[in-house]
Amino acid sequence: MVNTVNASNTAHAAAGIVVRNLRKVYRDATGDVVAIDGLDLNIHAGEFLCILGPSGCGKSSLLNILAGFEAPTSGSALLNDKPITGPSRLQGVVFQDTAALFPWLSVQDHVAFGLKNTPLSANEKKEKVRSTLALVGLQDFAEKWPHQLSGGMRQLVSIARVLVTDSRVLLMDEPFAALDAMTRQRMQKKLIEIWQATRITVMLITHSVDEAIYLSNRTLVFTKRPASIAVEIPVDMAHPRVVTDPEFNRLKSIALTHLGF
Amino acid sequence: MTPSPRTAVLLRRIAPPLAVLLLWQYLVQQFGIGDGFVPAPTEVVLALETWIFGEPSRYSGTWLTSLTDSALRVAAGFFAALIIGAPLGILIGRSKVASDLLDPILQLLRPIPTASWIPFCLIFFGIGSSAAVALVAVGAFFPIVLNATAGARHISTLHLRSARMLDATRLQILWRVVLPAALPSLLVGARIALGLAWMLVVISEMVAVKSGIGYELWDAYYYNRMDVVVAAMATVGLFGYLSDLAVRLVVRKYLFWHVDTGK
Repeated sequence: MVNTVNASNTAHAAAGIVVRNLRKVYRDATGDVVAIDGLDLNIHAGEFLCILGPSGCGKSSLLNILAGFEAPTSGSALLNDKPITGPSRLQGVVFQDTAALFPWLSVQDHVAFGLKNTPLSANEKKEKVRSTLALVGLQDFAEKWPHQLSGGMRQLVSIARVLVTDSRVLLMDEPFAALDAMTRQRMQKKLIEIWQATRITVMLITHSVDEAIYLSNRTLVFTKRPASIAVEIPVDMAHPRVVTDPEFNRLKSIALTHLGF
Repeated sequence: MTPSPRTAVLLRRIAPPLAVLLLWQYLVQQFGIGDGFVPAPTEVVLALETWIFGEPSRYSGTWLTSLTDSALRVAAGFFAALIIGAPLGILIGRSKVASDLLDPILQLLRPIPTASWIPFCLIFFGIGSSAAVALVAVGAFFPIVLNATAGARHISTLHLRSARMLDATRLQILWRVVLPAALPSLLVGARIALGLAWMLVVISEMVAVKSGIGYELWDAYYYNRMDVVVAAMATVGLFGYLSDLAVRLVVRKYLFWHVDTGK
């Protein structure tokens, strides 16, 4: 039993992302909108990177390109040295909107979804679903449906359905934005536990400076559109972090300054 | 003693139809409303009793056979429409090419009243059961195909992206994402279709088939047996209601996750 859990954890061999000279242009009725212009970015294997930036700055475009949902206009995005050509199990997304869950699937069926096309036996799949649900703390909710869960729990299902596939990279698009403040704090704590257990590479987009400094190893503050990096803030603090710590506040104020506050 | 809220609700619901029946009985009995062409409710009940339980004869003991004939035609036509219409609608909803090719034809055919297909049903299938089944199928086809199309067209991008990032194949996306997402709309279409099916079976039996509730209804009209006519109307109404109830039970069982219809 213990071995299986370990095996599933080590299977999350971390992977890095390299973005070079990335450009994304959207064409609409009023003309071209340059969302990203010449962005260079490395996400190191196993790191927890947060991206902070004003609304509409191109953060979500970056995430969609890294997820393989959209193609860059020019430039490159590499995952493990290979160009990202489309969505795959290697990089999973946790969307802001929990409507991304399938209302017709139970919690355990969500987690089993990503195992459909793997060569695992039925028993191995079952065990994997079980251990992944335990990892995110949803073992007692396996037979519930999304409409029976709270917003926080739904996001844990969103995380679990990605983790089960031994995804190398977790891309999170304001995953806790719709939650109340208390739930949000609990979820952040939980996410750190999950990250520490799996050492999966995480890129998380957020509007909350507190959230970025609380979670990340490194926070990037983006400029207004087209997106470029205004400042890089390494966060070298041990978990669990205390939001009232002087160092925490020092980093926070750097971020706020670059956001224009 | 004040009745409990539950009893009050029940009374409120039962009282109006009961009042209508009593008024109808009173008007016919006391004033001969309808010049003898409108049967009183009690006459209808007696006619229905003979029709169901009587010795085999005209309008006697033939109710169950007629009902079975009609119900089987409804079922056959409805399921034929479902088997063809549901996959076709999902195809049109998911494929731009299929939509461009097929949608204009459907939109042109749809406004044609189904009953006007009766001549062609008779030419192709002759007088008999299959003509009725064909007419029911034509009528039931449109709400099913159109609602399946609408359901399949509006699949959330988030759902499609979720499935793709979890490495689902096209077939798995169709089966595990598109079909369940389109199901609520598809079942709305099925409910409308089933209601139409009962209407069309009666119409087709009036003109094209020599059996079934619709046939007996029209036959009874020619013999001035208005009590049997009303008994036939009540029968179709009741079974139309029961089949709608059956679809609603299916919906409740399989769409419990759909917050809008599951309750």
